[in-house]
Amino acid sequence: MSEHVTATYRVNSEGRTIAHPAHHTLLEVLREACGLTGTKHGCELGECGTCTVLIDGEPQLSCLVLAREVEGAAIDTVEGLEGRDLHPLQKTFADLGAAQCGYCTPGILMAAKALIERKPTPTRADVCEALSGNLCRCTGYIKIIEAVEWAAALCRGESGARPADASLYGVCKEKPHG
Amino acid sequence: MMRLPTFTYVGAKTLEDAVTALADDPEGTRLVAGGTDLWPNLKRRHQGARSVVGLRRVAGLRGITGDPAAGVTIGAMTTLTDILRCPMLRDGYPGFVRAVASISSPVLRNMGTLGGNLCLDTRCTYYNQNEEWRQSIGYCMKEVGDTCWVAPGSPRCWAVQASDSAPALCSLDAHVVLHSTAGERVIPIADLYNDDGIVYLTKSRTEILTEIRLGPAGARRSTYWKLRRRGSIDFPVLGVGVALELDGGTVSSAKIHLGAVHSFPVAATAAAAHLLGKSLTEDVIAEAAELAKDPASPLDNTDFTLQWRRRMVGSYVDGALRELAGLPPKATPSVHGEGALALEV
Ligand SMILES: Cc1cc2nc3c(=O)[nH]c(=O)nc-3n(C[C@H](O)[C@H](O)[C@H](O)COP(=O)(O)OP(=O)(O)OC[C@H]3O[C@@H](n4cnc5c(N)ncnc54)[C@H](O)[C@@H]3O)c2cc1C
Ligand code: SF4
Repeated sequence: MSEHVTATYRVNSEGRTIAHPAHHTLLEVLREACGLTGTKHGCELGECGTCTVLIDGEPQLSCLVLAREVEGAAIDTVEGLEGRDLHPLQKTFADLGAAQCGYCTPGILMAAKALIERKPTPTRADVCEALSGNLCRCTGYIKIIEAVEWAAALCRGESGARPADASLYGVCKEKPHG
Repeated sequence: MMRLPTFTYVGAKTLEDAVTALADDPEGTRLVAGGTDLWPNLKRRHQGARSVVGLRRVAGLRGITGDPAAGVTIGAMTTLTDILRCPMLRDGYPGFVRAVASISSPVLRNMGTLGGNLCLDTRCTYYNQNEEWRQSIGYCMKEVGDTCWVAPGSPRCWAVQASDSAPALCSLDAHVVLHSTAGERVIPIADLYNDDGIVYLTKSRTEILTEIRLGPAGARRSTYWKLRRRGSIDFPVLGVGVALELDGGTVSSAKIHLGAVHSFPVAATAAAAHLLGKSLTEDVIAEAAELAKDPASPLDNTDFTLQWRRRMVGSYVDGALRELAGLPPKATPSVHGEGALALEV
């Protein structure tokens, strides 16, 4: 049997003391030891972004973090997003149909949350860049981008009109990457 | 789940801890900084480790000090995002910051460090595959095989240098500080790289890179152009780092380094020398760009076709020099990290 360590993690503001194999990544600890399966495992090599969680507020890939290296850090996963109500990002993703199979969604929600907190009024190029490490094979990204922009508006306390339907199926006018 | 192999983990708290742990078992020990290169390599069993020394908690390795007038020192554990968010680096060393902006993706830049980027493993289409794939061809020389599949018959490995910041820092004449139980030494960054895809660094396995030192920025202009398939995530297929100084309209110093065309960042010395004492006219730039193709000797082991990559060396050197000369781009300009630069202000 492999060596185990006992470590205390702060996940979604709650302390959890867990014994787990010493060589496990944060992704393995979250899913297998904490039972928090909202964080998905995709490529497990840093290429897809679906395992994105926030570590001390910054989006990072939990598949490439050795769990014991982040003992004591604030870890936020998709399960912590909802407070008394849905987070604006959850609302806009649901209302706009910004998820299809939904596998990439937890990672995208966490990357988007960090973006909105750092830049409350992101440009479309900012949204595209902030999500450029998160792959989605279903939606074509437009609905995701619009959902993030709409959620940012809601977080700013704006009435937040739903984006015009025409743009839902239109093309991204500002081209993010040459 | 693709799991890491088991290893003994040493969470170093001081540099002393780290160099001692390395000296105990240099062959079996690996350092981990951000882990964005080491963990994928261990997961796919490209690399193995009896023990891993974590540098994350070593005090004093993260941070940016100094200023462009006197020179800037960057700790090896400084993240790529820290660099993008540093206004004085953007002002003084735009070529370097652009190179950093073009690395991987925002999530990876929050994790990856500059030291890790400079010590990044070399890459090859016959190597960066899963283990079953590699096993099916009997591996290659970079692992336990005895053939180089890119150049069968070659006695060496041609895996490519894949760090974006390396060519940019070479063109800026940066230095790196290396620490071991034997003490400290400072070397020009170009001397950190070896002409071999397997032993790609000249530093010994007992040495830790602790600092990157940039000289005074002066009036130097610099830029970095990166060729890749997608606008994010992808490693460079070509990187062009250029730094030059003009004195009354003529070029008084010039450095051009090419990344991803060889196992180390290649200096395009004839191209740079051609610019000296001349004005940056369209013709002079085109001549230099032609000369830059010679030292680039890419083999067919990255994305895109070999012939096109060779042609692009000329186009990218031409484009980078035109940008520094203030000339309009010839074609629709490509984007080299602009998105990240706008996001991380
Ligand atoms: C999907 C993906 C895309 C990527 N795209 C790019 C790209 O476009 N361009 C690019 O340049 N890189 C790219 N990378 C590679 C990597 O993310 C970056 O190079 C990053 O900066 C590596 O830093 P790190 O701290 O994570 O390194 P680590 O993985 O921690 O270390 C990398 C190597 O350096 C050694 N090392 C680390 N720190 C030190 C030190 N202080 N002294 C001595 N040795 C040390 C380690 O032992 C290891 O061998 C990509 C990675 C992934 C997974
Ligand atoms: S260049 Fe040759 S030896 Fe080196 S990784 Fe590629 S196939 Fe293997």
